[in-house]
Amino acid sequence: MSPDKHQGRRGLLGGLAAMTLGATVAPGVAVYTALPAKSAAGGASDKVRWGLLVDSNKCARDCTACIAACGEEHGLGGTGRPASDAQWIRKLNLHDPETGKDHALPVMCQHCAEPPCVDVCPTGASFKRADGIVLVDRHTCIGCRYCMMACPYKARSFIHEALTDQKPQAPRGKGTVEGCSFCVHRVDAGKQPACVEACRRSGHGAMTFGDLRDPDSEVSRALGEKASVRIRADLGLDPAVHYQGLPG
Amino acid sequence: MPALTAIWICLTVAVVAFGAPGSAWAADRVPKPEIAKAAGTECVRDADFMRANHMRLLRHQRDATVHRGRRPDEESLKGCLTCHAVPDAQTRPVGFDSPEHFCRSCHDYAAVSIDCFECHAARPPPGWQVKASGVNK
Repeated sequence: MSPDKHQGRRGLLGGLAAMTLGATVAPGVAVYTALPAKSAAGGASDKVRWGLLVDSNKCARDCTACIAACGEEHGLGGTGRPASDAQWIRKLNLHDPETGKDHALPVMCQHCAEPPCVDVCPTGASFKRADGIVLVDRHTCIGCRYCMMACPYKARSFIHEALTDQKPQAPRGKGTVEGCSFCVHRVDAGKQPACVEACRRSGHGAMTFGDLRDPDSEVSRALGEKASVRIRADLGLDPAVHYQGLPG
Repeated sequence: MPALTAIWICLTVAVVAFGAPGSAWAADRVPKPEIAKAAGTECVRDADFMRANHMRLLRHQRDATVHRGRRPDEESLKGCLTCHAVPDAQTRPVGFDSPEHFCRSCHDYAAVSIDCFECHAARPPPGWQVKASGVNK
């Protein structure tokens, strides 16, 4: 190989390094309030994978700000019969009898990379977007509820009764299954999910949302600082929701 | 599907027979639907195309939005409703329970039932206001 070609390759590598540096320095600046506009114009991209980190040490046992914000964002009004109401986020309180430590944590759709709800869906209504967000296309959902049985996180709800006055950004109706969408309409607009914003407003700041593929995103940096676990990691579903402060 | 084809034929015949609202209908004995005017100056496509194909645009848009996350305002259901909202006496947009609702006014007339609004909001997003010109009624 001639010296010129060596030089050419070095030049190329140097250029690539400079480009990478430029790309990683810039998004970190504003990531706290807004997401990088990776998905806004061109739609969902497989260059990102949206993920959530919940620090259970910061999550207060009696706080339900995330659940209230989720309900407000998606119009999840109760019917007065809580046993059959839709529940996109559940607050779990765990107690370790050996150490006496209490853990509080919100559990929602874990947006698995290998989602069992998608595997079992007979119509293709349960699907994973290119950016890893797992959704129900309620145009094709027949309400069979296989996905609810397949989900190990009990993350989905069935709508039993006719609804009125739905939010424009959150169509939902009787006879279909639904669950946490990572506030997909907000993410597509470059915003954070409603629960994450509400958690910050409440002063706890236990939730961090962002691109798991970007090593410089807020969520990736937080994951790099402290060990995290994923619920039922033994199932190998590769969930996008991570938890810190839980016993492994 | 034969049933769907039959509906298409009926719709096409209806569109051809009744044509555009206005002069051709004026002296007609056939009752005609009262369709509210839209707020904007022009639709995303011309009126003839929209009469025949609005459902195709909406179906294309729904797949693009739900599966691929593309959310252009144009051709979205929200975009349609923002322009075509019909105000009630209190200048608030009417819901699908009102026969004056833009979609319902024609669908009732054509006897084509739609279930879009069992899930979707039938009113425009918050912040909608009646245009000063009053053209949307």
